[in-house]
Amino acid sequence: MSVQTYTPREFHRQAHDALGNPQIRANFRKAMDGLMSKRRDVFSDWDLDALRELGANIRQRALARLPELLEQLEANCQANGIRVHWAQDGDEACRIIRELCEARDAKSVIKGKSMVSEEMHLNTHLEGAGIEALESDLGEYLVQLNEQTPSHIIMPAIHLNTDEISEIMHDKTGTERTRDVDYMTAAARAQLRERFMAADVGISGVNFAVAETGTLCLVENEGNGRMTTTVPPVHIAVTGIEKVVEHLRDVPPLYALLTRSATGQHVTTYFNMISGPRKPDEHDGPEEVHLVLVDNGRSSIYQDDELLDTLRCIRCGACMNHCPVYTRVGGHTYGTTYPGPIGKILMPHMMGLAETRDLPSASSLCGACGEVCPVKIPIPDLLVRLRKESVGEGRGNVPGAGVKRHRSEVLAWKGFQWLATHPGVWRSAMAIAGKLRGWMPTRLGGWTDYRSTPKPAKTSLHALVKRHRREEGSS
Amino acid sequence: MTPIKQYPPKPARVYFFGTCLIDLFYPEAGLDGIRLLEREGIDVRFPDDQTCCGQPAYTSGYHDEARAVAEAQLDLFREPWPIVVPSGSCGGMIRTHYPQLFSGTPREAQAKEVASRVFELTEFLVHVCHIKLIDKGRPEKVAMHTSCSARREMGLPDTGPALLSQLQSVELVEQERTAECCGFGGTFAVRHPEVSGAMVNDKVQAIESSGAEHFVTSDCGCLMNIAGCCRHREASLDGEHIASYLWRRTA
Repeated sequence: MSVQTYTPREFHRQAHDALGNPQIRANFRKAMDGLMSKRRDVFSDWDLDALRELGANIRQRALARLPELLEQLEANCQANGIRVHWAQDGDEACRIIRELCEARDAKSVIKGKSMVSEEMHLNTHLEGAGIEALESDLGEYLVQLNEQTPSHIIMPAIHLNTDEISEIMHDKTGTERTRDVDYMTAAARAQLRERFMAADVGISGVNFAVAETGTLCLVENEGNGRMTTTVPPVHIAVTGIEKVVEHLRDVPPLYALLTRSATGQHVTTYFNMISGPRKPDEHDGPEEVHLVLVDNGRSSIYQDDELLDTLRCIRCGACMNHCPVYTRVGGHTYGTTYPGPIGKILMPHMMGLAETRDLPSASSLCGACGEVCPVKIPIPDLLVRLRKESVGEGRGNVPGAGVKRHRSEVLAWKGFQWLATHPGVWRSAMAIAGKLRGWMPTRLGGWTDYRSTPKPAKTSLHALVKRHRREEGSS
Repeated sequence: MTPIKQYPPKPARVYFFGTCLIDLFYPEAGLDGIRLLEREGIDVRFPDDQTCCGQPAYTSGYHDEARAVAEAQLDLFREPWPIVVPSGSCGGMIRTHYPQLFSGTPREAQAKEVASRVFELTEFLVHVCHIKLIDKGRPEKVAMHTSCSARREMGLPDTGPALLSQLQSVELVEQERTAECCGFGGTFAVRHPEVSGAMVNDKVQAIESSGAEHFVTSDCGCLMNIAGCCRHREASLDGEHIASYLWRRTA
């Protein structure tokens, strides 16, 4: 399998390739159908709307007090023996983590799943410094073996099927070619186990950082998160600043929403609450625990009262599982760390609207994402807001605002405005369109690649209603 | 999702907002909607100066232009009568997005007031008219595609099917992934034709495999998309607006 790189600039070409790849189409359709049905089943006994409302309120309450909660989190973490570091952007976070590794003369890092580390390209940075970083989440491990990036935020290797995985493992690790999933899982487990024991540093993400107790919560299914955060002598947790919640009691509802929305599970196999390094009387656990809090554009989103809702996200991936666009083009097509609906509203802030120009428009605004979002992020509204920023009619506070404002398109919409605000002209235009219906072009952009040309009716509704009234009058 | 709505009693008079797609491409659907309402004893007023709700500009991000178009519609509904719209998409635009669009402007109160009087046609027939339909058509299997705006934005997944289920000789067949978008999405179909094309082809396939001889929808955007794809594929399946279907079978 050849290594391919993706960029949001090439969304159209990448979408074209994915749509023409029956394997990709089948893998995503099957996986997303399964995830949707699991989610539906697991929530069937719940008052889902009430729970989503609670989730949204918990996240909104935390965001409303974000600056002070972050300070409280820092103080309580430090009181627990967790050292806290602040990073303005991905580069700074990489540098902090590299220096922490270098201080321990670390050569080998084992990683739990962390999308923030993907966001800042941590592995590449560490490799550049001669530090090997190995992914231990099974999906991430496979993706790394295959020299790819994750195609989904929860299930990084969801684009691969059993045969492809067998081939990758055979090529890269020498296992037998097989369709026996248990055999492959056991092989990966054995390969990883050695690396856990040898690792100098473990790096993980964080699902919820609890301000009142200084606790880092980590949700996972494979035990690799627990191994990553307990076996190596140093644990570095890295997370976005928005992951903070106010109280410990805020965690159970969010956890209930997260696991059910993500994978349709009532609970995950592991739920870790990390509250500090090994104490003198304890037998295991790391000697050092660090928390790296990464901004990377988040505080700029935070300044805007509409866009702020983006930061409620708990990274469950339900929006992509239910997205008809994501289901068809797959995760890599987006060319961004976070794909799918959440990626479309988050990545423009990190990469700018110029780089991500085709993402906000790549939605039919069907609303499936907003409907399933466990914290009620109004994703379609935010997509419209970003479209508005793209064409320069917004507040101008998103990087690259106005980049899609072109004279021809502005003229077209001004023309539409003029027509639709001059009813007499409008009625005449409808009548003329009806007369010219035989002259409709047979090709209309991309529309006619898949559909016939729509023909204006002979008589407009305006005219039909008039005739109807006359007939009524005469009857 | 949507708070439980208290529906008013059946009024003597309503406004009808026909929508631009119906005006240009499917005027019969609009007239059939008017006929259905008139048969319920309602006096239907069609403001002659109506054009478009402004949604195409709105979803494209051109909110100044959309606001100007919307403003021209607001003044057409001065009497306190309900406004019936034969489209979940345009209905959702007025009900949900007009208040957002005019927020902080002198028209805010007016936009909210107009929004509060907007009903989608099938919603109005079911919940306000409590319509009783007598089917005169031949036995037929039909599939319904409820638009995403009607389903999610206006919270009306059931009103279309509820009307069809009143038709004695009609069997409403269930299609696979019935709640999935048909891929229209206004300018989305033009800006991302390949993705949209994949979506509508899947939708046509799902309807075909359901065994339906015919499909109906409550939105002309979806209709233009799905029926256009059927014709492009030279499929025997054809569709129409639910208002036309109901009128045709009960008139």
